[in-house]
Amino acid sequence: MVRVDGGGDGTSLVTVRNLGKTYRRGSEEIHVLQGLNLDVDPGDFVAFMGPSGSGKTTLLNLLGGLDVPTTGSIRVAGDEITSMSAGKLTAWRARHVGFVFQMFNLLPVLTAYQNVELPLLLTRLSRRERREHVETALAVVGLADRMHHYPRELSGGQEQRVAIARAVVTDPTFLLCDEPTGDLDRRSADEVLEMIAQLVSEYRKTVLLVTHDPRAAERAHVLLHLDKGVLVEAQRADLVR
Amino acid sequence: MAIPLIYNVRSIRRRWTSSIVAVLGIAGAVGVFVAMLAMARGFQATLVQSGSPGNALVMRAGASSEMVSAVTLDQERIIESAPGVARHDGQPIVSPEVIVMAPFPLVSTGTDANVQVRGVSARALEVRPTVHMLAGRFLRAGLNELVVGRNAVNTYQGLGLGRTVTFGGGTWTIVGVFDAGGTAFDSEVWADATILDQVYNRPTNIYQSVTIHLTSPAAFQAFKDALIADPRLNVDVQQEQEYYRKQSQALTTLITVLGTIVGAIMGIGAVFGALNTMYSAVAERAREVATMRAIGFGPLSVVVSFMIEAIVIAGIGGILGGLAVLPLNGFTASTLNFQTFSNIAFAFRVTPGLLAGGLLFALFMGLVGGTPPAIRAARRPVSVALREL
Repeated sequence: MVRVDGGGDGTSLVTVRNLGKTYRRGSEEIHVLQGLNLDVDPGDFVAFMGPSGSGKTTLLNLLGGLDVPTTGSIRVAGDEITSMSAGKLTAWRARHVGFVFQMFNLLPVLTAYQNVELPLLLTRLSRRERREHVETALAVVGLADRMHHYPRELSGGQEQRVAIARAVVTDPTFLLCDEPTGDLDRRSADEVLEMIAQLVSEYRKTVLLVTHDPRAAERAHVLLHLDKGVLVEAQRADLVR
Repeated sequence: MAIPLIYNVRSIRRRWTSSIVAVLGIAGAVGVFVAMLAMARGFQATLVQSGSPGNALVMRAGASSEMVSAVTLDQERIIESAPGVARHDGQPIVSPEVIVMAPFPLVSTGTDANVQVRGVSARALEVRPTVHMLAGRFLRAGLNELVVGRNAVNTYQGLGLGRTVTFGGGTWTIVGVFDAGGTAFDSEVWADATILDQVYNRPTNIYQSVTIHLTSPAAFQAFKDALIADPRLNVDVQQEQEYYRKQSQALTTLITVLGTIVGAIMGIGAVFGALNTMYSAVAERAREVATMRAIGFGPLSVVVSFMIEAIVIAGIGGILGGLAVLPLNGFTASTLNFQTFSNIAFAFRVTPGLLAGGLLFALFMGLVGGTPPAIRAARRPVSVALREL
């Protein structure tokens, strides 16, 4: 169940209350997010839409512990992340967040296998256990036969699927996807969206996705619209194709 | 857990054009640094090895070199009867010697250079057992004959076996070539001390030094004490090796200081090269770093990763610099010894210690050049860097 009115009982997987983010440019203050509330339960698939500059990526960065809010609180699986030190936040991200970026962000000098293995290097798993996890994750995204290829040897869609494997390999609490189809052609985008939908339906992953793409948004359980720093639930009929 | 090293190694390879600038800068600094010190070590070793631990050298009190010393025949007689002097068939193994400078043209340039001509006694080879004849024979007392060190033969014109040369108003025949094991004696020309004195119109009862072969190195202190305590003598007594170590000091210090200064200046340039390379690496890979930070690698991991990368680059530069100067090892050059104003040939010594020092110098440059960019990489806000193209 996703709520944006702040009326949740605080037992949700993600609980955001009165979230605000203000940037300062010279003497001018820019309020990107203001008094934002959000409750997300495990297994939810939420899409955030909105015009450029509406604060979608900022919200995702705050939820992923990559940035700190000016006001408000974010509680994820019982952890209040807004009061964490930078060091704790780094460790928290490694354990709880899987990121999928628009431009894939694979390390070009590492193979698909090594890219997927990266987050596992932060765990206590043995080399053999890491190998099992990586092979499983790459099999889930259908790239087991490409594990020793470098990113430059893969298509855009394949690169993004490797990035998804990297995001899920540690079995994080939730996935944060920032425009995951923004750099892909239609067919590859559909494959990636299918993959994300499959993670939600088959593996009960919680996914928060920022997108401009109506086709991506329509796959989500809930569509939220962000404009002028305020979050409102949108209707699927609102999607402009 | 650290960012895997393979990431840095492959990144260096991927950006090889940029990396090579830093590598060559560091290699150049290390090469010059090691070459200069190899020159200093070679010069020092050549002189220090000239002395034997079992020999003592006696000069007039206060004399800093044989050139400015004088020891009379009477004093020489007292010295050879002192305790600790080695004997052969009852005769003391000592060599009272005189020194003159004679100009000979260099093979390389044709210009004259000062050659140290040493007037020796018939026992000179007994006093210095490491010196042996390579060709011809040793000179005979009372004749205008010369024996020439092997470096002198190669360095100066006209000093070949069987040739006659003129200097000091006398005509001399070269009857032998000796090998002194790469020491300073190899750059000398030896003549009979008495004949040399006569040719140069010097009194024949005055020498400039007396070299004594002792019964053992341990006998030195008793020998020295006996001479110092003798009221008939006013002399300085030192181990031959110590004398030659002092002889090498001025030029060795000069070369070492110059080498360090030149190396340091080149090192500063190389550090800027490394800084430039690493700053551009950090700028180009801002999004990669941000991605790793987002995944959960801490700022310290990023700093260590980039530091390792800088150190790997510097290490490659250090190894290349060392390899580049390795062929200099054993290369013979000659220079003026400031203490005696004579030309001396020496071989560069590129020792394992010097190579290790060069590598450490390179790693230090890498550390200095890598630290600021590494810190910048780690401090850049993740959310900002993720948007970098």
